[in-house]
Amino acid sequence: MANAILKTEGLTKHYGGVHALQNADFELQAGEHVAIVGDNGAGKSTFVRQITGVEQRTSGKIWFDGQEVNFAGPLDAREAGMECVFQNLALADDLDVPSNLFLGREIIKFNLGPFSILDRKAMRKATEEGLKRTGVKIPKLDNAIRHMSGGQRQCVAIARSASFASKLIIMDEPTAALGVQETAQVENIIKSLKSQGIPLILISHNLRQVFDLVDRIVVFRRGHLVANLNKTETDGNDIVSYITGVKSQNKNAAYI
Amino acid sequence: MADSAINATQDERQARVWPQELNALLGLISIALVFEALAWIVRDRTFLGNPQILRIMILQVAVVGIIAVGVTQVIITGGIDLSSGSIVGATAIIATSFAQMSTRNGQDFTDAVFWEQGWVDLPLIIPLAVGLAMGLIAGLINGALIAYTKIPPFIATLGMMVSARGVANWWTKGEAVSNPTETFTMLGAGFTPVLIFAGVAILFQLILTYTLYGKHTYAIGSNPDAARMSGINVEKHLVLVYAIAGMLAALAGLVAASRQLTAQAGMGVMYELDAIAMAVIGGVSLVGGRGSIIGTFLGMLIFGTIISGFTFLQVDAYYQEMIKGAIIVAAVVADVWRQKRRAMRG
Ligand SMILES: Nc1ncnc2c1ncn2[C@@H]1O[C@H](COP(=O)(O)OP(=O)(O)OP(=O)(O)O)[C@@H](O)[C@H]1O
Ligand SMILES: [Mg+2]
Repeated sequence: MANAILKTEGLTKHYGGVHALQNADFELQAGEHVAIVGDNGAGKSTFVRQITGVEQRTSGKIWFDGQEVNFAGPLDAREAGMECVFQNLALADDLDVPSNLFLGREIIKFNLGPFSILDRKAMRKATEEGLKRTGVKIPKLDNAIRHMSGGQRQCVAIARSASFASKLIIMDEPTAALGVQETAQVENIIKSLKSQGIPLILISHNLRQVFDLVDRIVVFRRGHLVANLNKTETDGNDIVSYITGVKSQNKNAAYI
Repeated sequence: MADSAINATQDERQARVWPQELNALLGLISIALVFEALAWIVRDRTFLGNPQILRIMILQVAVVGIIAVGVTQVIITGGIDLSSGSIVGATAIIATSFAQMSTRNGQDFTDAVFWEQGWVDLPLIIPLAVGLAMGLIAGLINGALIAYTKIPPFIATLGMMVSARGVANWWTKGEAVSNPTETFTMLGAGFTPVLIFAGVAILFQLILTYTLYGKHTYAIGSNPDAARMSGINVEKHLVLVYAIAGMLAALAGLVAASRQLTAQAGMGVMYELDAIAMAVIGGVSLVGGRGSIIGTFLGMLIFGTIISGFTFLQVDAYYQEMIKGAIIVAAVVADVWRQKRRAMRG
């Protein structure tokens, strides 16, 4: 508890009559990697959107880095040190890699308000270093993102969050649209985050990947957090029975 | 091993990156050569080798080129500006009425708009400031409507197109404004319009490439949600872009009025479409995020070559209008076709 980087209590989100998220109590320790799994529409992305301030929660409390927080928007969360790779990529396709990495936090050479001169060299250098740190190889940094494969774009998005996040990274299905090799590259980045001690929340449908990468697995079902399992104390079949509702640790949500 | 396999396919993909400006340049060269060939066939003399024709051509397109520099930035944000031509008309007539001389042919020029107020023989700075302020106001209104009411740019600037033309007609109730001061006529004298265009074009090419403003202009056109998520104040930025476009249209109005020595409310009709055509021909994509002032400059030269080429070939003015319309449509079709091909490539 003392070391919890993120904690939620009774986190709830209703979209009109849709109860997308109900009373989620969640905790993430410093340096810990946790996966969130669950069926389509289980409320995983909704959970992330409340934490990162993309949406405003219906009720519940959130603590981040020891303080109760009420992020007005994703920018607030980012400034507090929380980076999120969203399910739909937030990249500008027509810009090159450094421009995307530094979008909204550009390095400035001369301050002239909106017409400030960019320090393109510094951003390029920092990009190269950031990519090196995360093990991402992109042959031509100066090409627009649109000329890259889905995997490379995803790597840029992840490198972007990894370069700036000081305290927590959240990834919503980062490998959903990727091929085998590209998935492997993203997984390598996640492993490097683990070794750097940066905590991570990973949303994924890929149980093989989840067991490969994380310490703990949390299962969502129909808006409820139904299981919180140590990787060593569970297996694929066990997880599936929580996902499908055969089992539940949550009394309020038993057999829904 | 796995990494190198990915990178191999990437290198092939990236080898195909081909700047749109090169297409425009190749287009310009081939169109110029076609007209040169036609010139020899039809009139048995050179078209490109005639400096007088090239001079007239570049002077003709320079005024609209100034507008196109602003329109290019608007289109890069994914927007459109239909009001530029009307801003030219309104600016020309209002600014010129602050630039009139007190005498004509040695007699008092009592027809001056502000004769009674005594606002004649004013220094150049007054009409210049009045004109640019007009453009700024029109652009700010365009930008604020688009950014804060979320109405489509097409509708907002269409409204401004009608209103600004209304202002131009109302100002002198349709009367022309003539007899400008000598300093005012210098704005449009000789090759000055071309120099003004060049200055504006170079300035904004540099701004688009090297400043925060440029980076954010492309980012907003490319993915407004990503821009917003990254902390860019998209609304404020759009207002700035439309304000700049308005001021550049006003500058074009000042130059046009100065060049013609007389301002009329009907000046600049259809200039907005010519400017959009120059940008699109030069590879500025109507979906936003892509293009450059260099591209628009090449588009402007293509546009000018086609128009003066047809004039040189003595094609009837009516046909020229029809051909111009076809060029604009063809440029947009080419843009749509490019986007489709791009989407299929993934
Ligand atoms: N903006 C919204 N308005 C109304 N309902 C919504 C909205 N966003 C999500 N929902 C609903 O909330 C529920 C949870 O959605 P959520 O996106 O969190 O699912 P998920 O677990 O991320 O699923 P997936 O694995 O498909 O990404 C779904 O029933 C969805 O239809
Ligand atoms: Mg989801």
